[in-house]
Amino acid sequence: MSHRAAAPAIYGLLAEFDSATELVKATRAAYAAGYRKMDAYSPFPIEEASDAVGFFKTRVPLVVLLGGLLGGLSGFGLQYWINVISYPLNIGGRPYDSWPAFIVPTFEMTILFAGLSGVFGMFALNGLPMPYHPLFHVEQFSRVTRDKFFLCVEAADPKFDIVDTQQFMQSLGPISLEEVPH
Amino acid sequence: MQQGPEEKTILQDVPWVDEPPVMLPGQTYGGVTDQIADAVLKRPIGLGWLAGLFLAMTLVALLGAAVTYLFLVGVGIWGIQIPGAWGFAIINFVWWIGIGHAGTLISAILLLLKQTWRNSINRFAEAMTLFAVACAGMFPVLHMGRPWLAYWLFPYPNSMGVWPQFRSPLVWDVFAVSTYATISAVFWYVGLVPDLATMREKATHRYTKAVYGILSMGWRGSARHWKRYEALYILLAGLATPLVLSVHTVVSFDFSIAILPGWHTTIFPPYFVAGAIYSGFAMVLVLAIPIRHYYHLENIITMRHLQNSAKIMLATGLIVAYGYFFEAFIAFYSGSTYERFMMENRWFGPYAILYWLLIITNIVLPQVLWIPKVRANTKLLFLISLDVLVGMWLERFIIIVTSLSRDFLPSSWGHYVATRWDYAVLAGTIGFFSAAMYIFIRIMPAISIFEIRQLLPESEVKLHES
Repeated sequence: MSHRAAAPAIYGLLAEFDSATELVKATRAAYAAGYRKMDAYSPFPIEEASDAVGFFKTRVPLVVLLGGLLGGLSGFGLQYWINVISYPLNIGGRPYDSWPAFIVPTFEMTILFAGLSGVFGMFALNGLPMPYHPLFHVEQFSRVTRDKFFLCVEAADPKFDIVDTQQFMQSLGPISLEEVPH
Repeated sequence: MQQGPEEKTILQDVPWVDEPPVMLPGQTYGGVTDQIADAVLKRPIGLGWLAGLFLAMTLVALLGAAVTYLFLVGVGIWGIQIPGAWGFAIINFVWWIGIGHAGTLISAILLLLKQTWRNSINRFAEAMTLFAVACAGMFPVLHMGRPWLAYWLFPYPNSMGVWPQFRSPLVWDVFAVSTYATISAVFWYVGLVPDLATMREKATHRYTKAVYGILSMGWRGSARHWKRYEALYILLAGLATPLVLSVHTVVSFDFSIAILPGWHTTIFPPYFVAGAIYSGFAMVLVLAIPIRHYYHLENIITMRHLQNSAKIMLATGLIVAYGYFFEAFIAFYSGSTYERFMMENRWFGPYAILYWLLIITNIVLPQVLWIPKVRANTKLLFLISLDVLVGMWLERFIIIVTSLSRDFLPSSWGHYVATRWDYAVLAGTIGFFSAAMYIFIRIMPAISIFEIRQLLPESEVKLHES
């Protein structure tokens, strides 16, 4: 059964901390020790934590920009096609392509597409919805939505070694250290 | 959302003697979480809440009856008549959508301006926006005469081969209001997701846990997720800011693009937006004062929030007063007989009593907010806010009814009187709005929990100490 032995037995190691400062310090230490496949978990956004796990740039703004451009262009294009090509109507003698009148729906479509693509893009990039995650096996982890801070070094990390990593994480001074089953 | 270390400590300090703090000291992550979440999960259903919901649902039943009769008989049951064809439906539409504006102002504009005091009130203000827009959205549809054809407003390929006419502000309105409703809804939901995860973990009942679990999408507070989340949240705020200003601007175009005296003015967009925020903050206070009292949230929604809202009301109220003044000034300065007559008709015509009532409720009475003692008195603030809501409704009545009923030709004049069905629909939407708020505060955390955690001084990362 070699293919089963190759798969790591656990998802990773999860250390629990009391404060945002301790979490950021521990995450930085883990990054300095060479761990890359890890994540910090907190009850509110901590800018320093995402920097510490080495996650500096997000593509969310690009998704919003592209969505906005698409919305604006399709909004104007729709009105142009309708009021100039498909169904031209003479309204008070104005030219068919009376573009200033098309600005309001163009603007609204820009905002609508930018906002919706941002929301769907953010959830998609985050891999959500994800109702099951190995971390939910650990009982303490439920407090990540309340008052505790967690650092998980994943077994998939090339540097991960069940004994060494456990020793290293113990040295970070967590309140608890748990193995996360799959 | 990000602040320097000194700012967070200042939040709990008292900058000067009369200024209350944004949050009372001595709060912990767990403490604020329990306080806000337990109001939903643990607090038993009170008699007061039941009575309030019952009253609200009675009005919803009235709305159902009034709308059913309207669909059976037609818009003739309302007081609308040529020339006064807009009546209550459009007055209520503009009033409700204006009320919604404060929610977006608080959640988006104050976020961009780094006004951290918004964190305690943004959640229910956003809910208020959603429900107010829902009430507003009913009216153009009900007013249509054939509401089952409302989808004709949207451009879609159809067998009749016709398309909407995009040079009409009424079509702009469709785009503005539907975009506004959609963006407000997703903004509200995105803000809720981390708190829904908190509710998922705190809920004890199996089904409650499952529902919150599904809604929270499996949120687990990962640093990478938070980074993308924050990036999106600030961008949504940046998108919602011009959006909210555009919505009431477009609503005002419904009037100002027309050539009717009293409507055809360039002051309308800013004056409408200011009025919207004015009435919206009044509604925020009308909701915040009882919620804060009955759910004992005085440590999170402090007097600072109420006083800041009162100050914004005072400021936007003065912009509205400026609008009234210049409407009158331009009417005479323009030299146009029709404009001048419009103003004289408002002052001394058949609706003069409502005009002067409007001036008293909207301009004169709110001036007591200059007095710090009034701003510190929740009961008075509540009453002034109700007064402003009435005043802003009267403003829309005056704008719509006086201009429509007496325009250029005396032979085409008319007189608009609302019927009992008009009042029934207005009362019905007030009931709908209240019922939605009553239900909302019992099923969702009414205050953003994770943003409150962020306000606590210990949330600051201190790397250079020791």
